[in-house]
Amino acid sequence: MGYVLSSEGFSKALHELGGSYRLYAPVRKEGEGRFTDVDVVRYDFVHEAGEIELSTKSDYAFKEILTPLSETLFFFTEQSVKDADKDTSPVIIFVRSCDLHAVKRLDQIYLANGKAEDWFYRRIRDSVRFALIGCSESCENGFCVSMKTNRADEGYMFSVDEDGGKFYVDVKDDEAAKIFAAHAESSQPVTARYVTENDTDVNVPENVPNSIYKSDIWDEYTQRCINCGRCNFVCPTCTCYTMQDVYYTDNGRVGERRRVGASCMVDGYTNVAGGGQYRKTNGERMRFKVLHKVWDFRRRFGYDMCVGCGRCDDVCPEYISFANCVNKLDAAIKEAGNDE
Amino acid sequence: MRDMNMKKLKKNAFRYSKVRGETASRIRIPGGVINAKSMAKAAEIAEKYGNGTVFITNRQGFEIPGIKMEDIPRVNMELQSIIEDSGVNQGEPGQGYPASGTRNVVSCPGSRLCPFGCYDTTKFARKMDKHIFPNNLHVKIAFTGCSNDCAKVRMNDFGIIGMTEPQYNPDRCVGCEQCVKYCRIRSVNALKAVNGKIVRDASACVGCGVCVAYCPTRAWTRSKEHFFRLVLLGRTGKKNPRLAEDFIKWVNEENIMKIVKNAYAYVEEFIDKNALEGKEHIGYILDRTGFDEFLKWAMKDVELNPEAEISRRIYWGGKFYDRGYGRSKGGLQA
Repeated sequence: MGYVLSSEGFSKALHELGGSYRLYAPVRKEGEGRFTDVDVVRYDFVHEAGEIELSTKSDYAFKEILTPLSETLFFFTEQSVKDADKDTSPVIIFVRSCDLHAVKRLDQIYLANGKAEDWFYRRIRDSVRFALIGCSESCENGFCVSMKTNRADEGYMFSVDEDGGKFYVDVKDDEAAKIFAAHAESSQPVTARYVTENDTDVNVPENVPNSIYKSDIWDEYTQRCINCGRCNFVCPTCTCYTMQDVYYTDNGRVGERRRVGASCMVDGYTNVAGGGQYRKTNGERMRFKVLHKVWDFRRRFGYDMCVGCGRCDDVCPEYISFANCVNKLDAAIKEAGNDE
Repeated sequence: MRDMNMKKLKKNAFRYSKVRGETASRIRIPGGVINAKSMAKAAEIAEKYGNGTVFITNRQGFEIPGIKMEDIPRVNMELQSIIEDSGVNQGEPGQGYPASGTRNVVSCPGSRLCPFGCYDTTKFARKMDKHIFPNNLHVKIAFTGCSNDCAKVRMNDFGIIGMTEPQYNPDRCVGCEQCVKYCRIRSVNALKAVNGKIVRDASACVGCGVCVAYCPTRAWTRSKEHFFRLVLLGRTGKKNPRLAEDFIKWVNEENIMKIVKNAYAYVEEFIDKNALEGKEHIGYILDRTGFDEFLKWAMKDVELNPEAEISRRIYWGGKFYDRGYGRSKGGLQA
């Protein structure tokens, strides 16, 4: 079911949906970027359609609602433990195609990686549904076409494309269809827009020989990378976390367990008891990250983890391109193959 | 026969040259930014009336040397487009600059270019220039984007150093402690981690924004309002060169504008009426009147913003070559 809505009609429809759902969407936060008078686009709850940033890809991914940067899991004192309260009322998350594909990766890690599901993830995941933001043109660093995530045909309640002041929605949910129909100017078949080519093409290697671990292609990153981990924190598919057991300073017998985001690029990630550290150099960390995204995950689950959103390339302060690194990896493997 | 009023010539922003009959045109560029066409115009003047060279001054101006004094009216006509482009206040068009006492208002590149700039230094410098120029009093004002002080504002009468008040959102903090690390390395070690979250020592913080720049998650962001550290009465010179001292930390733009204007009134009142060429640095006037008198005048009608922390008594250091200190023999040792 497709509908065309005026700006006002779309606002009214979202307002009505807002009665049953919390709306979580990319929002332009003025002046909250790294530099003076620079904005950041990141996810937050909105009340009005006008608050949603529909024209620009978000700098940070939607995952912050499913895997919060910092989340208290439970409180403890003496013999008692209490789960932290969580608002599990229904949510609609506005995502682009690449990010909708990322949801599958997050679910894989938190719900279907081994025998047990992650209870805290499941609790919020069940209250979440998605709206698809169409892409009329490729973003600067995205390579979704290479990763085959440029198009999403399912997994969303409705799509939204703004074009010439009109809103085009493809609705897959009966309840939402009633709402959009009530505010629509007309009804017509709508397909969410998607891109068919990017400026960046990435050649993902079919096979990665173990010898690549010792390749010198990683060495330049030891020099260039500053292990800030921004690539991980903006990534829609990075799922690593670490734990903080905190004892309140006023009373050391009371405290909480927190789960916070972690980064395989940042110092401390591979620290182990006894003072060992498996990946000391930034080149080794880059190798781990890149191979995890385009090889190790696939070996375990049959598809690549990376969705090609390009946020890692957007955010890197040292202008390191993950996409180009994958291409270098592919070229190195082919070259080695030719030598044999 | 050459009969030049050198006092008028200097006030018109032409330099007294060691070469008899020659002068240099001093072009004022508040905030250090002009359009490329004005730069080309300055080059054209140098080719046409000067010796084909342009001197880039310490205070972000141009000096075009080798100009014949007779050509001054023609050079003034040619300067008109540059004066208009740089937004400098002027009396009569075509007559060149109306004053030269208050020096060009300097700024570092600031937030237009620099990742650490806490505000648009050029914009503020231009606003200040509009506020105080033309004026014959010998006053130096400079703007710098952060505590690195690339503009060397501490060698000016009024130095304005940009600050941001870091805003912390603990819900976005993963405790990676990069802010702690970079505050220690690049700044003043004002942050520490307590129970996985970050605690900022507000009294130590210089508002440089390094924590914001290095935070990978936007847990640290900049304050909506821009703040400044106002430093006072630094100077170079033969007698008592010294760095400017802190006056108000976390002051806002509005108050800086008022304080500088007030300081001009103070100078008008207390300047040595017999000062050579009517020039006396504010600092020497303050040395005579005492700080309390200066404070009374400077703070007239100023209502400090609640964040501002003012020093109500300031002591300056520096060299005292005019009081016997630092002489190689026979003088007192500093």
